[in-house]
Amino acid sequence: MSAIVNGAGKVVDFVDERITASNWLKRNIRKVFPDHWSFLLGEIALFSFILILLSGVFLTLWFKPSMAHIVYDGAYTPLRGTGMSEAYASTLELSFEVRGGLLMRQVHHWGALVFLAAMSAHMLRVFFTGAFRKPREMNWLVGVTLLFLGVATGFTGYSLPDDLLSGTGLRIIEGGMLAIPVVGTYLSWLLFGGEYPGDDIVSRLYPLHILLFPGLIILLVTVHLMLLWYQKHTHWGGSGKTNKNVVGAPFWPVYVFKAGGFQFIVFGVIILMAATIQINPVWFWGPYDPAVVSAGTQPDWYVGFLDGALRVMPPWEPEIFGYPLTLSVLIPAIILPGLILTPLALYPWIEQYATGDRREHHVLDRPRNQPVRTGIGVAFITFYLQLWIAGGNDFFATVLDIPVNWITRFIQFGLIVLTPLSFWVTKRICIGLQRRDRDTLLHGRETGVIMVSPSGEFSELHEPLDPHSAYDLAFRERQLPIDPGPATDANGVPNPSYKANRRRARLSRFYFGDVVQKPTAEELEAAQHHELERGDRQQELTSGQQ
Amino acid sequence: MSAKSEDMNGHSSSEIVASDRESTPASTSHEADPIADPGLHHPPPRLTDVDPKAERRAERQVAGMFSLASILLVLSIVAYIVFEIAPDDPDDGVSVGDVQISNFTLGITLGLATLLIGLGAVQWARALMKSPELVHERHELRSDDNIREAALADFETGTEETGFGRRKMIRNSLLGSLALLPLPAVVLLRDLGPANGPSPVDAKETTIWSEGVRVVTDVTFQPIRAADLELGQLVNAMPETFEDLPDHGPERINARAKVPVMVIRMAPEELHVAEGRENWHVDGIVAYSKICTHVGCPISLYERTTHHMLCPCHQSTFDLADAGKVIFGPATRSLPQLPLAVDGEGYLIAQSDFHEPVGPTYWER
Repeated sequence: MSAIVNGAGKVVDFVDERITASNWLKRNIRKVFPDHWSFLLGEIALFSFILILLSGVFLTLWFKPSMAHIVYDGAYTPLRGTGMSEAYASTLELSFEVRGGLLMRQVHHWGALVFLAAMSAHMLRVFFTGAFRKPREMNWLVGVTLLFLGVATGFTGYSLPDDLLSGTGLRIIEGGMLAIPVVGTYLSWLLFGGEYPGDDIVSRLYPLHILLFPGLIILLVTVHLMLLWYQKHTHWGGSGKTNKNVVGAPFWPVYVFKAGGFQFIVFGVIILMAATIQINPVWFWGPYDPAVVSAGTQPDWYVGFLDGALRVMPPWEPEIFGYPLTLSVLIPAIILPGLILTPLALYPWIEQYATGDRREHHVLDRPRNQPVRTGIGVAFITFYLQLWIAGGNDFFATVLDIPVNWITRFIQFGLIVLTPLSFWVTKRICIGLQRRDRDTLLHGRETGVIMVSPSGEFSELHEPLDPHSAYDLAFRERQLPIDPGPATDANGVPNPSYKANRRRARLSRFYFGDVVQKPTAEELEAAQHHELERGDRQQELTSGQQ
Repeated sequence: MSAKSEDMNGHSSSEIVASDRESTPASTSHEADPIADPGLHHPPPRLTDVDPKAERRAERQVAGMFSLASILLVLSIVAYIVFEIAPDDPDDGVSVGDVQISNFTLGITLGLATLLIGLGAVQWARALMKSPELVHERHELRSDDNIREAALADFETGTEETGFGRRKMIRNSLLGSLALLPLPAVVLLRDLGPANGPSPVDAKETTIWSEGVRVVTDVTFQPIRAADLELGQLVNAMPETFEDLPDHGPERINARAKVPVMVIRMAPEELHVAEGRENWHVDGIVAYSKICTHVGCPISLYERTTHHMLCPCHQSTFDLADAGKVIFGPATRSLPQLPLAVDGEGYLIAQSDFHEPVGPTYWER
């Protein structure tokens, strides 16, 4: 035995004699992890989060979460003599008087942007491939919660340095809270310790940002990974890769080295970004002043859609019982996030209701083979992107040299028209791709060789697929819409659950009514027979020419 | 399945290695529909598996990356020491250029070092590690029926032992106290808001503007003589009394979030004077709250020819020539107008406080 195994053996021996570790190790150390680039998105999220934690701890050593008023006397001369909060002054100290402080601030901020982007991309991957299906619905819920917590942590962090941008962000949050019926005014009063902005908010957001939210994230990430570990990773189906197995590399050593190495790659890329791309230079914005705003500044990307929604919302404010109901703020700031998160969280059950499918699924769907699900996903992306563009409509107005009002009007229109249109277009594209897959399976691959028959008919030579590709292409389920059954039984007695069945059948038809089925074995055989005949004819023609 | 087997990489273990299964493809009805499973498709051996030269080259690459990372880590310490940011004379202040050099050198060395460690590890795993393709069977996650029933029975036994179903009085009194438990937790948060002082609603309805308070320019706090304002000129202004507020404590910044106004002079004939506001302007000089009625950003983009005022946050646009009405965007209310007058020396003063609350709409308004 090598030294390393000997050394590890001593540790294992110690632990094993206390908690029977070998039993668990034996079953898990060679756990199989399948490989695919899209499985790395979640890893990026995990590793960027670790880097955020590390850089964040560094920042807390200098940052003072206090809004006490001081007159700046630090190293950055342009602001000397300016009144500001201790929070802002300590952010300046971190940037200008601590070597590596600016780097850590930028690592922290870039890390947060990457973290949220990776979480979002990971969630889209899980959605489009159907990895949320049974038995992984619980983990999907954990993921949705993590995304929410990620945004909450990001936003509370954005508000801490008490610079002009962070204060303006808080002002918008205050406006959103005030729009909440009945309790809004008092909620804001409690959060800010009286009138806006007060001198409490930074020290109140601080424990949320460095303790509560990250603590919950660590907890849920642990649950997320334990569930993943226990249920084993999904994989792409194909020859030898079924719903009953998992094929890939062992955890120790290949996966440990690949994922561990990837962690350092993610670290390295974010640190290089922080070294070369400036982010949030708070000394330019200046300390927060509620009477000053800087035009053309953008929030962090993950809040952009909310800001855009605030911009494109029509000015609706009906009165109920003599009280104003500020829908123009309430809908985009409070209702919209709920309207996005709730169906997102419930989606696995919605689809399960439509499909009536209660089986375990461990093989991923190709997005084209779920045209309706893919369409819903793309429609959501279209909706989100439009709001996101609206969040930067002043920027786009400058770039395109058109009035900003046009962009607002266009997006108001687009949200209603482009969103369903993108669903329909995506669904049609998916069905087209399914049809091509079916043709390829039936007739083989196009070779680009054109034949002319003696009668003058042109045709293209098709080459049969190799068995592996053919099998991979055919590896999907037949999805037939549910049949609601008859309204009355043979004796004319009405079926009491017929109405529910019909509702469900209608939804099922919406999902699977247009799906192009893969060929049956008989169809495949008939087509191959046909191709063979044609091949023979072509063979004859070719030999005839010689 | 033999207990020990060797796969093509020389890997030996009792695991199900993919190559063992190649000859026995699964063939359930689904997997044979419409074609039978041809079994796992094995990638061809890597170059490093067959060519010793390539193997040595990969080894050199990996070791090279790790060694370079070590050098870069040492260099990062050198950069920390060499690229000082503290100025020689503390009175001089820091040079932003020095900070950026320090940031760049530290970041490049640390970033490249971690990147190389990562790339080295991945390259090691990809090119050199024996990497058998393993197949693990999945098992249905549902427990079998016997175990489920046994677990349920145990739970029922336990529940029976508590007498939870029979002893309704204990149960209900417990549930009652548990239901009340969150209340103190919520009540304890009451003092997040100030214990005394005006109610939130009262506070929103008043500002430090009042009769006779001079209108002074923002930042410099100079009184504004009505005659000195030029046509089309916009001045950001504050009440004179703002200057007296203490620097410490929230009072000053809270006032700052409520009282800023914009004073604009326009030709009296351009001004569309609303009913009841006939004497609120001084020869075409009007004053409006600077706080947007949408969500409270300070408004700042003024178009001189149209007297339109745009909020940069969400583009609500107000017509300052027409009582501050909303003409575009999500805001639902006009900008509150401050009634103006002139004092004996010709300086602008407020006639009174605003006649309506400034800032975003709230429920009690």
